[in-house]
Amino acid sequence: MKLQVNGTTHEVDAPADMPLLWAIRDLLNLTGTKFGCGMAQCGACTIHLDGAPVRACVTPVAAAEGKAVTTIEAIAATELGQRIQAAWVAEDVPQCGYCQSGQIMSAVALLKEHPQPTDADIDTAMDGNLCRCGTYNRIRRAIHRAAGN
Amino acid sequence: MSLDNHASNPGRRAFLKTAAVAAGSALVVSFTLPQRAFGAGSATPASAGTLTAFIRIATDGAVTLTLGKAEMGQGVHTGLAQLLADELEAPWAALHVEHAPALPAYAGPGFPMMITGGSTSIAGCFVPLRTAAAAAREMLVTEAASRWGVPASECTAVQGVVKHAASARQFTYGELAAAAGQREVPAKPTLKPRSEWRYIGQAMPRVDSAAKSRGETRYGLDVRRPGQRYAQLARPPRGGRLSEANVAAARAVPGVTHVFEIPQGIAVVATNTWAAKQGRNALQPKMVVDQDAGFSTAALAKRYSELSKQPGQVARAEGDIAKAAANATQRVEADYAFPYLAHAPMEPLNCTALVTPEGVQLWLGTQGQTFDQLAAARAAGVRPDQVSIETCMLGGGFGRRAAVAGDNVGPAVEIAKRLPGIPVQLVWTREDDLTDGFYRPQAHHHVVAHLGADGFPVAWQHTVVGQPLVKGTPLEKMMLNPQTGIEVTLTEGIDNLPYAIPVVHVQVHQTSAKVPVQWWRSVGSTHTSFALECGIDECARAARQDPVAYRLALLKNSPKEKRALEMVAAKAGWGTPLPKGRARGVAVASSFGSTVAQVAEVSVVDGQPRVHRVVAVMDCGTVVNPRLVEQQVQSAIALGLSAALREEITFAADQVEQTNFHAYRPLRLHEMPVVEVHLVESTEPPTGVGEPGTPPIGPAVANALRALTGEAVRQLPFSRRNWG
Repeated sequence: MKLQVNGTTHEVDAPADMPLLWAIRDLLNLTGTKFGCGMAQCGACTIHLDGAPVRACVTPVAAAEGKAVTTIEAIAATELGQRIQAAWVAEDVPQCGYCQSGQIMSAVALLKEHPQPTDADIDTAMDGNLCRCGTYNRIRRAIHRAAGN
Repeated sequence: MSLDNHASNPGRRAFLKTAAVAAGSALVVSFTLPQRAFGAGSATPASAGTLTAFIRIATDGAVTLTLGKAEMGQGVHTGLAQLLADELEAPWAALHVEHAPALPAYAGPGFPMMITGGSTSIAGCFVPLRTAAAAAREMLVTEAASRWGVPASECTAVQGVVKHAASARQFTYGELAAAAGQREVPAKPTLKPRSEWRYIGQAMPRVDSAAKSRGETRYGLDVRRPGQRYAQLARPPRGGRLSEANVAAARAVPGVTHVFEIPQGIAVVATNTWAAKQGRNALQPKMVVDQDAGFSTAALAKRYSELSKQPGQVARAEGDIAKAAANATQRVEADYAFPYLAHAPMEPLNCTALVTPEGVQLWLGTQGQTFDQLAAARAAGVRPDQVSIETCMLGGGFGRRAAVAGDNVGPAVEIAKRLPGIPVQLVWTREDDLTDGFYRPQAHHHVVAHLGADGFPVAWQHTVVGQPLVKGTPLEKMMLNPQTGIEVTLTEGIDNLPYAIPVVHVQVHQTSAKVPVQWWRSVGSTHTSFALECGIDECARAARQDPVAYRLALLKNSPKEKRALEMVAAKAGWGTPLPKGRARGVAVASSFGSTVAQVAEVSVVDGQPRVHRVVAVMDCGTVVNPRLVEQQVQSAIALGLSAALREEITFAADQVEQTNFHAYRPLRLHEMPVVEVHLVESTEPPTGVGEPGTPPIGPAVANALRALTGEAVRQLPFSRRNWG
């Protein structure tokens, strides 16, 4: 089937029920999107499907056919993506960093919807993304910084 | 394929014994400063100069620092780079940092092996790494002086350049490095005075933030080698074995290339992770558990509670309890029960292994390269020095990736050796990670305090029940108290309690529950500090005294704890009014050479504690990077709070009940309190940073909860009950 990822169309040989995560990671070797739980509990695999955040670990590859898949590797193509990544670096957000691709993908989706998010907006949008290192306070600060709050 | 007669589960204890023998004979090395270039490691530009094993300088001036400590989020690559770059006088922008290969040169310090743990990296490397860098700097200066024919004392090294001021000449490090690397290594290089430190003490930004914010950092799970395959392992149930697996069905899954048995279970190898997982699902093996099984943590808790009331091994016996008790006016008695905990790093365990006639190549994120070498050598039948390791970035560790038993590497190599020449990545699912883990041990404490007429304890009786971590492993000798035969992890923080109490008796029951256990961030202090700090709070309450004032009076011989406690009380506004429905709790604990005091502000939301604000004071001696220390205290609080609120691994009928993050539920963003970290100014040598922030948070919150609800917290996690 054809998969459009980060603006490029790829032919992938995958069963329809293969989660998009594994098509991205193992078939296309785009490893910035992470595996954490396999059941949409941790958010490490968050990508955008036609601009909306989804958990790639529970999204069948077939559901992505004909849609635009965006991963962390291409998020800097937008001004918002760049702004958020710059805020992440300015706040020194990552520790182990493993969850941060997913955190950033969720943060981009949040700021697209709410350019000036409140703390409550951040709680709602980011609660699905676990961070075992406990970088949550810096994630919150980085989102406010990117929003110019 | 029938597996009925196969002992698929060789038993973890046997595994550990093998490790002991192998380690004892093969790999005892000490930490010395490596002198010269060595063969292995990542590609070195031909024109680069190698100055000690840690420093390589290219002709363009790029400085590569090769570090034996694993970066798992604690910021060690940044902190160690500060130590090296400061003495080397290297420009910060010229630095590149990489993980070292698994070679004896990178062992220690303080351990006869390569290991990242025990909050030792900065503290242990503080002098050795600066010494290595000062040696390199002096070699560069000597080379320049020799070229100019002037005394080295007339030359200075500043920010990547050696200058001769008198003649206004200079060389860049890049121009000098290759020749300087051939010079004799000075035996006693001169370290900079503290007043000239350039990076040490500064809030240098992390060297890994940008790559981690772009998704470019390569973790173990991101290893992609030509021709690589992906594997999953069907493991037998605990205390049992697999039988009658449907191998044909597994082989029929598109993408599955191999299905075979290894000592640890049935391996399914495929061209991608999903196919390997589907293949494993298709196996549908019968799980056979022995008739007499039926281990449960509930039953274990009951046994531990009973044991805690009986005499155990004596860890400390000072003074006459009976006499002190007879003169006491009050008796405070409490039991504290702790569950098994999983580390659950965000990156599930994984290992990519390639077996060739020459040996074994591993790619993984690891805190314990030497353990991994031994495990791979055992599995492949080669010498440990035939095992090369590329340490990838770690997606969290918390102790899980320092695996003495080699339970990740062992099966990965068993699989790879069946497919020589093909790199195979063994991927643990989250379910594998949680249910087949090594855990922070379940534990039980029984505390009896006898209070005198003034309300202060005249005697403290403390009994600890729990599993030792390293019994039967190469580390046993290092971690046993030689006088008592008790593993130090069971009593740390209690047998050396900071409070001035005339009579102290500490006893221990070292149990042998069959659950495999391992160090978890802050190790024994995860439970010992809780029991001590809640126990002391109970005493203050019984004495009708303020918990801070009560502790301060008892800390008269412990100035470090006293100072931290005074400071945290002041910063937190201890004693000032709070909004209705909130209360404060306090705790102080020393571990890994450092002291941390915390005050937590807590309310109850929907029957469960909600922590709004934590004020922390950290005394870790000389602070190498205040930003990193602040991060680590935040991080330690997050993990400790997560565990205290609702983390537990329970067993019923031998099996783990929590299979993924829906049941093992780490702290989420909305639950993260505001955390204020204050550092004690100190010129003492640096002490531990990664772990000491964890122990006080649980008891600080518990003590706040006690103040708020009037209910004592005796059982972890807090979610075991409703707090109204």
